[in-house]
Order: sequence, then structure tokens, then C-alpha cells
Amino acid sequence: MMQMTGAELIVRLLERQGIRTIAGIPGGAILPLYDALSGSDIIRHVLARHEQGAGFMAQGMARVSGRPEVCFASSGPGATNLVTAIADARLDSIPMVAITGQVPLSMIGTDAFQEVDIYGMTVPITKHNFLVRSAAELLEVIPQAFRIAMSGRPGPVLVDVPKDVQNQLVSFEAYPEPAVPDPVPALDMVAIESAAKMIDEAERPVLYLGGGVVHSGASRLAVTLAEQAGLPTTMTLMALGTMPVDHPLSIGMLGMHAARYTNFVLEESDLLICVGARFDDRAIGKAAQFCPNAQIIHIDIDPAELHKIKAAHVAINGDVATALEALLPRVKHNLRKRWLSHVDSLKSRFPMAMPGRDDPRTHYGLVHAVAAVLDDEAVIATDVGQHQMWVAQAYPFRRPRQWLTSGGLGTMGFGVPAAIGAALSEPDRTVVCFTGDGSFKMNIQELATLAEEGLNVKIVLMNNNSLGLVYQQQNLFYGKRVFASKYRGEPDFLKIAEGFGIAAVDLDSSPNPRATLAQALQSRGPCLIHASISREEFVYPMVPPGAANTEMIGG
Amino acid sequence: MIEQVAEPLQQHGFAKVVLELEVNNHPGVMSHICNLFARRAFNVEGILCMPMSDTSRSRIWLLVFEDQRLEQMVLQVEKLVDVRSVRRHGAEHEVFERLERFFH
Ligand SMILES: Cc1ncc(C[n+]2csc(CCOP(=O)(O)OP(=O)(O)O)c2C)c(N)n1
Ligand SMILES: [Mg+2]
Repeated sequence: MMQMTGAELIVRLLERQGIRTIAGIPGGAILPLYDALSGSDIIRHVLARHEQGAGFMAQGMARVSGRPEVCFASSGPGATNLVTAIADARLDSIPMVAITGQVPLSMIGTDAFQEVDIYGMTVPITKHNFLVRSAAELLEVIPQAFRIAMSGRPGPVLVDVPKDVQNQLVSFEAYPEPAVPDPVPALDMVAIESAAKMIDEAERPVLYLGGGVVHSGASRLAVTLAEQAGLPTTMTLMALGTMPVDHPLSIGMLGMHAARYTNFVLEESDLLICVGARFDDRAIGKAAQFCPNAQIIHIDIDPAELHKIKAAHVAINGDVATALEALLPRVKHNLRKRWLSHVDSLKSRFPMAMPGRDDPRTHYGLVHAVAAVLDDEAVIATDVGQHQMWVAQAYPFRRPRQWLTSGGLGTMGFGVPAAIGAALSEPDRTVVCFTGDGSFKMNIQELATLAEEGLNVKIVLMNNNSLGLVYQQQNLFYGKRVFASKYRGEPDFLKIAEGFGIAAVDLDSSPNPRATLAQALQSRGPCLIHASISREEFVYPMVPPGAANTEMIGG
Repeated sequence: MIEQVAEPLQQHGFAKVVLELEVNNHPGVMSHICNLFARRAFNVEGILCMPMSDTSRSRIWLLVFEDQRLEQMVLQVEKLVDVRSVRRHGAEHEVFERLERFFH
């Protein structure tokens, strides 16, 4: 018989689950858990400077490892500060377990100090959530939380633990087994057969890969399918890296900021094979006009995604890797010369224009210059805005989990803490965070965490002293009525970095920006790399919001 | 600019359906279910919930409109961790009919 407090039990169960690093911030209602954590020889705690930072650090760890990771926050404001990071994890299907302290059970519902109904608040943004009512319940709740976070379509789970539950003694015979993911659903083999037949019979098929391919570890299978069946392959923002950019079958990212040819290829396709993607509006534009002549095969682990936006002719509910494995031996080898040479001609007529790509003082040039110094082992994170889209368009992604970005929620402030999380999980890699001056300021306090941990994170700040993407939209779609998108003041980011104890270089004043960049990227440890970008540079091509993908402007 | 605005939600004029859910009985279940319908802007006309004879389960009856999004709603409901099963009945199902007299 074992006996311990609820707090100790949580720590033991996390250790047994394989958790080695937890990001968080303590406070009154979670102090028993912190006290228990201080006694762990196995789990390291990383003290964030804002709970949203802790949430994104857990996400960064989970995005590079594929395993659920953990963050801690106290009740009330600690818990509400986590909300954005949880919602972000939900929309990008990132496995995460958030554990929050709560006021004692007897005080719930009395408007006690730092009481908020974080359980109620997170119902719509978690995959599932728990309010724990006794220490004994933890024996079931903690493994369940991990099982749910990593089974099927991954997602965040919140466990709210009242302070008295953390202090309560619980006796039990044996620890529960660490959670494992649920078995994947059985495949509908009839549907697999018809999908194979449709692929064989199609004349102008396109393979459309989404984040599910990353989650399911199916990139290699997807590339094999493309090669075997001669499928031009497009990727969503979340799937960049699943097929290397320079693969001859890659037609790059689709959607709002795709190359023109990519959207034109989709327009002409007669069969769309959607794998682990969800027809998001940023990817498909006006749904009714997306791939107007195509039949659709849709493979997804989440049955509710099938037929949600576009009705599929063949819908396969299943794990993407399992489904592709079943599909491969049934699909004929096909060189598909006619279609592929047509795709190539569209590509050469409507290529991705990247003005300035050889000049490191331009936006595209800077992204290319960073890539030129690094190999594919580096991890690339971004914030949200124009800089994010330029990196998505220009960086040569070649492996899954190389690319961390806030896709579904589009959260400014994601980049720096997510990059810290990635570096915590994989300290030997170089982690680059491309950020914008607006986004950077949303979690700039995490520079203190970064300095303290001394991680190999390089922050490339593309500074246009504005909320560039907003400025762009106002210029293009609101009659140039620029409002609340240009900053009047401008902080000295180099001094800010210095103040946090982080090395900084300025490419603007460097006589040889390439050399300065290479040196900054190649020396170990955190560094801020500052580069000014003209505010008048816009992300092109662009599909106006609400328009069809073929109605691109610019580029 | 034409922003992507959803079509106005037209539910009246559609037939009604009764959904019968079997769920785990704990204090948060109702909020998960009601929240899901509210969040996806799907009106619930009537709702009933009582523990079953096996008190670890509850049965929830929902009266909803059968518009084209119902299929999607049912799939979303089925994904909730505490929902064990979902069955569909026609509006003529007596559970709400018998309650009419308490409301009229
Ligand atoms: C938290 C949050 N608030 C507001 C927005 C809306 N938004 C999208 S991009 C953007 C501007 C981003 O500015 P910056 O980080 O400087 O990037 P830039 O576009 O200038 O490259 C804003 C305000 C958002 N995505 N996230
Ligand atoms: Mg900016």
C-alpha cells in the first residue's frame, strides 16, 4: 500500500509518463504541487515569465517531439493567462496537458480570491477537461488526460486541481500504467479500394497534405504515394516539410499566399486526394469554387472533418499512416507524363516571384540567407504576420517537425516561447525564430527565460515598426485608410536584448550582413538578429479574403 | 472586400429531431454538451437530463432542428469524451410531447 498527497501523486504520474521538463509559474493555489515538484530528481521545471509563455513552451516541446508535454499555472489569472496557448494547441491539434491550481473545493463558487471557472472557460478550447474532486481521482484522471491528448487527433487537455485535493492523502495499491494512445480505427477496405481505383483512373490528380501527416508520422509514406502515382503535391501551412521543397513533385503551399501556379494546378485538377487536412478557409479560399472539377478523396483520423466543408466522394476515417500503407500496394505506378509536364509549364509560366532573394537586406533575401547558413537539422519557428508568410513561402523546408508556426489560431507571441520549448526538447539543434516587431513584443518577457536557460535560440527580428499584415490589408482592402497599424514610437531592440543579457547583432549597420548573420547563427547560445524591413513590402500573391483562390493579386 | 461571412442561420421551417444521448454522469457533462451546440451556433429547442438507473450514466434528450448541419453536429457530439452513444428519433418521439403540458 502506498500513501502520498495528491500533489506527490501528480508528480509521480508525470514522471512515469515520461515527462522530463515542465514550464510554468507558481502561485498560491498550486504551491502544494510546486512543493512536490521540488522533490523530483527527474523532472526539470522551467520558470516562464508569463503563463502564456509557459503554454507555448509546452507546445514547442510537443511540436518537435510529437509527445504530449505539460505546463503548470496557478488559479485565477495564472489559469486565464494560459487560455490563448490552449486554444492555439486546439486549433493546430497539438498534444498538451495543462495543469492548473484551483481554490479549495469548499471555496469553489464563492468568488474566492483568484477563483475563476477555468474548467468552464476551457470547455470550448480543449479536447477534454477535468475538475478533480479527490486525490484518488488523480489515479484515473492523469493517465486519461495523456491518453486523450495523444489519441486520434491530438489536442490539449486541462486538469484543474483544487488546492485541498493537492494536499489530500491518498492510499493505493499500485500506480496506474502510463497512458498509451488508443488503437487507431479499423480501415474501411472497400473505401481504400475505391480510392486506389480513383487515383489510377484520374488524369489530373493532386495530393493535398495537411498537418495530420506530420502528427501521424506519415511524411515518408505520403512522398512514396506521390512518387508511385505521379502526384503533384501541395502542402498546407501546417504540413510544410512533409515533402521536401525541392522534390520534383512538390508544388508548394496552397491557398491565400500560394504561388500562382499552385492554385492554378488545383483549379485544373480532376481528383483531389486530401490527407490529414481540413479544407481551412485560408487554404482553399471560397469553398464553392475550390477545385471545381475535382472528385475528392478525404483521409482523416477525425470523422467530423469528413464532409465538413467539402463533401468527399470517398471518405476514409483512419490514421493517415495506416491508410497510406493500405493504399500504397493498391495504387498503380504511373509516370503521368502529360499532367506533370502541364504542371511544369504552369510552374514556369506562373512561378513564385521572390524579388530580392539574393539580397540579405530584403525580406526574401534574409530568409534565404538564414537558410544558406543552416542545414535541415535546424528548427524554424515563426510568429504571426507578414514575416511568417514570407518564411513559409521562401524557407526550404525538408523534414516534418522542422517548422513550428501558429496556423489555426494565428497567435502573435507564439514564436519566442515555442522556440524556447523546441530548444528545451532538442537542445542540440539550432532553433531559429523569425519574428515581427509586433509579435515579438507580445511575449518579449520570455527573453529572460531564454537568457537563464542559455538555449541555442536565434531570434531573427524582421522589423518594419508596424503591424505589417494589418497595414497591408488596410492598404489593399480598406482604401489605404491606414489606422492603428503603424507604431509611432520605436523601441531599441538591441538594447532590450542587452538588458535581458542576450547577445544582439544588427544587420542594418553591418557592412557584411551575410558574415554577421553566419557568425550569429553559428556561435552557440541565444542571440537577437535585428534587420529592418521596408513597411511597403507586402506578401504576394494574395487571395483577397472571401475570394476564390484563382483571384490572386500581386506576385 | 467580401469577407467570408457565414450564411444567415436559417433553422425555422426545418423538421425537428430528437437526439438521445447516453453520457457519463458527472457535473461537467451538461456544460460540455450545451457549450458545443452554442459554440457552433446550433439552436437547441429543448433539453432534458436525468441520471439512469445505473447512476454512473445519464440520459440526455435534445430537441433540435434537422438542418443541413445536423450531421456535422452529431459527429461533433460523438467526439465528446463523456458521450457514450447518440441515437436519433423523429420529432414525434413522445419524450418532449408528454412534457408539453408543463409548458403550455
Ligand atoms: C494576438 C494577436 N493579436 C492580433 C492579431 C492580428 N494580427 C495579425 S498579423 C498582425 C501584425 C503582426 O505584426 P508583426 O508581428 O510586426 O509582423 P509583420 O506583419 O509586421 O511582419 C496582427 C495585429 C493576431 N494575429 N494575434
Ligand atoms: Mg512588423
